[in-house]
Amino acid sequence: MNMANSVEIKNLDLSFGSVAVLKDLNLDITEGEFLVLLGSSGCGKSTLLNCIAGLLEVTAGQLFIKGKNVTWAEPSDRGIGMVFQSYALYPQMTVKGNLSFGLKNAKVPKAEIEERVAQAAEILQIEPLLNRKPNALSGGQRQRVAIGRALVRDVEVFLFDEPLSNLDAKLRVDLRVEIKRLHQQLKNTMIYVTHDQIEAMTLADRVAIMRDGKIMQLGSPAEIYDFPMNKYVADFIGSPSMNFIQGEIKDQCFAVGDHKIPLKSYQAKATLNEGQKVWVGIRPEHVVVGGAVAKADHKPTVTADIVEPMGADTLVWTEFAGQPFRIRLGGTFPVASGKELPIGINASTISLFDLESEERL
Amino acid sequence: MTDASVSTHKGPSGPKPRRVFSSTNIMIYGTLMVVCLYYLLPLYVMIVTSLKGMPEIRMGNIFSPPVEVTYEPWVKAWAEACTGINCDGLSRGFWNSVWILVPSVFLSIAIASVNGYALANWKFKGSEVFFTILIFGAFIPYQVMIYPIVILLRESGDGITNIIRLFDSDASKFRLMGSVWGLVIVHTIFGMPILTLLFRNYFTSVPEELFKAARVDGAGFWGIYFQIMLPMSLPIFVVAMILQVTGIWNDFLFGVIYTKPDTYPMTVQLNNIVNSVQGVKEYNVNMAATLLTGLVPLVIYFASGKLFVRGIAAGAVKG
Repeated sequence: MNMANSVEIKNLDLSFGSVAVLKDLNLDITEGEFLVLLGSSGCGKSTLLNCIAGLLEVTAGQLFIKGKNVTWAEPSDRGIGMVFQSYALYPQMTVKGNLSFGLKNAKVPKAEIEERVAQAAEILQIEPLLNRKPNALSGGQRQRVAIGRALVRDVEVFLFDEPLSNLDAKLRVDLRVEIKRLHQQLKNTMIYVTHDQIEAMTLADRVAIMRDGKIMQLGSPAEIYDFPMNKYVADFIGSPSMNFIQGEIKDQCFAVGDHKIPLKSYQAKATLNEGQKVWVGIRPEHVVVGGAVAKADHKPTVTADIVEPMGADTLVWTEFAGQPFRIRLGGTFPVASGKELPIGINASTISLFDLESEERL
Repeated sequence: MTDASVSTHKGPSGPKPRRVFSSTNIMIYGTLMVVCLYYLLPLYVMIVTSLKGMPEIRMGNIFSPPVEVTYEPWVKAWAEACTGINCDGLSRGFWNSVWILVPSVFLSIAIASVNGYALANWKFKGSEVFFTILIFGAFIPYQVMIYPIVILLRESGDGITNIIRLFDSDASKFRLMGSVWGLVIVHTIFGMPILTLLFRNYFTSVPEELFKAARVDGAGFWGIYFQIMLPMSLPIFVVAMILQVTGIWNDFLFGVIYTKPDTYPMTVQLNNIVNSVQGVKEYNVNMAATLLTGLVPLVIYFASGKLFVRGIAAGAVKG
C-alpha cells in the first residue's frame, strides 16, 4: 500500500436493490490533492462521496483513508469533514454552536474547543458572526460556516458536495477562489463533487469524470481538456462543446466529403487503419482565423451563419462538411453573418474517436 | 402640461376599488353568519341554562337569558353532584382524568416521536414493512380489540405480580386491569399509529443533509434526536400534544371499560351524572358539568391554535 495516498478506493460497488450505482470503482487520491468528481446528475458522483464519508454502506469493496481501512467505520471516525450543498447548518444553534458541535461530541476539552473555533473563524473571516443563528446569515456566510464546521475538526480529508450550487453566480466565483486559497493554505486532501465544469477545471489538481457509476477519465484539467479519452468526456468538457464530425481515415488524412485534414501532427494513441470510420472532435476555440490560417493543416472556407458576440469572445455558427460547426473567435475579430470566413484546422489540436467504441485513437 | 399628457394619467390607477356591500360579500358573510349561528346556538343554550335556577328552566324558555343569574349549578356540578355513592361532583373525575392524561400524553408522544424519527432517518431492513403494519393499525376499529386487551391487561398484571413476588413473597396483587396505569398503557398503544405517522412525515421533511452533517459531526442516534431533531420540531410536538390531549380527555369507551368507579375519568363520571335516572333531572347542573368537562380541550385549542396550524402545515407540505 502506498502511504502517500490519502484516500484509496478499491473495487467499490454500491447498489440500491438491483440498481448498481457504482461499479467496481478504483481510485487513489494522493495526500494534499484536490480531486474533483465531475459528471452530470445521476452519474454516481455524490453517491461515491457519501460512500467515502460513510453515510452510505458499500455493497462490496474497500475504503482506506490514510492507510487505515475505514470500510466499516462510522463517519465521525474516518477523519473526514463534509460540506453540503444546502449548507446543512443546525438551525437552532448559533454559528459557534454549529462549529463546536462536532468537537463536543468528540469530548474535546472546552478550552481547546474555544481555541479551534476561534482559529477557524479567523481563517474564514466569520468572527463577527459567531453569535448569530444561521437564518440571520447570507448564503455565502452560511457556506463559510459549513466549511468552518469541517475545518474545526482538524480532519484529514475534506469532502465537498456541490457546495456552491445554491449560491448566485458572483458569489460562486468568490467562494471558488476562497476554497482554492483554503486548499493552498491547509494542504489537506479535498474531494469535491460538482456538475460545473468551470469549477472542476479551476479548482482541481485532478478531475475524475464519471458516468453511470464509472470513472471515464482521470487526469489533470489540461489532460482532460486536450486529450479526452473518449467522445463523452470530449463532449462534456468545454463550453461551447466540441464539434463532432463523422468521417473516415484515408491516405493518412481525416476525410469527409471534399475535406481532408492531414494527420501528420496528430499524436495517435492507437494505429489508424485505412478506411476506419471515425469521429473527429474540434474545439470551437481551436479553430484558427486571420494570419494563422496560412500555416494550418487544413484551410476550408465557411459561411458565418449566426454571430453571437459575447464581449471577450464571439461565437460563430457555421456549417462544415454539411454539418453544424461552431467557432469561437476573439471578441475583436471582424466577422458578420452571411459573410465568408476562411478558417484553419490544425491536426495537433483535434481528437479522433472510433465511431463504434467512441474511444480515443 | 398638455392635455394629451393629462389624458394618459386618467383612468384606472392603483388598486381596484371594491364595494363593501357587493353581492359576493353579502353571500359570503351571510353564509358564514348562518353557519356560525347554527354551531353556536347549542353552546348558547347550554351556557344560559347552566346559569338558571330549576324554577326558571321549568318555564321552558330555553333561548331566553337567565332572569336571575346563579352559579349554584356550577358549584354543584364540580363539587356536590352524586354518582353512585360518591357525592363529590366532577372534581374526582377531573383529577382522575389528569392522572390518566399526563402520563399517557407524555409516554405516547415520547415513544411515537422516537419511532417516527427512527423510521424517517435510520431506515433498517424491513422498516417500510414495519411502518405499513403500524399504519394498518390505524384502520382497525379499536372496538374489536377491547376484549383481547381486557385479557392482556389481566394476564400481564398477574405476570408482574409473579415477578414482584419473587422478591417479596407477601406483596399484594398487582393489577393493571382497572388501574389508571392500565388505561395509560392502552392510550399509549392506541395513539401509536397516527402519532408515528405524524412524526415520521415531519422528520422526513427535515433536510436529509442536516442528518448527514450531524453524523459526520459524530452525533449518534440519541444525540441527533435530542440535539438536532427535537429543537427543530416544536410545532409537530404541539400538534401531537393537542391530538392526544383532546383524544384522551374525550375518551369514554376505554375509560369505562378499563377503570373502575374510583378511577373513572371525567367523561365517564359526566355520563353517570347526566344519565342518572333517579330523582329530578337537573338540567342546569348537567349543562354546567358538560361545559366543565369540555373546558380542557377548549383551553388547549385556544392556547395553541396558532402553533397547531403551523404544525399541521409543516407536516403536510414537504420542504
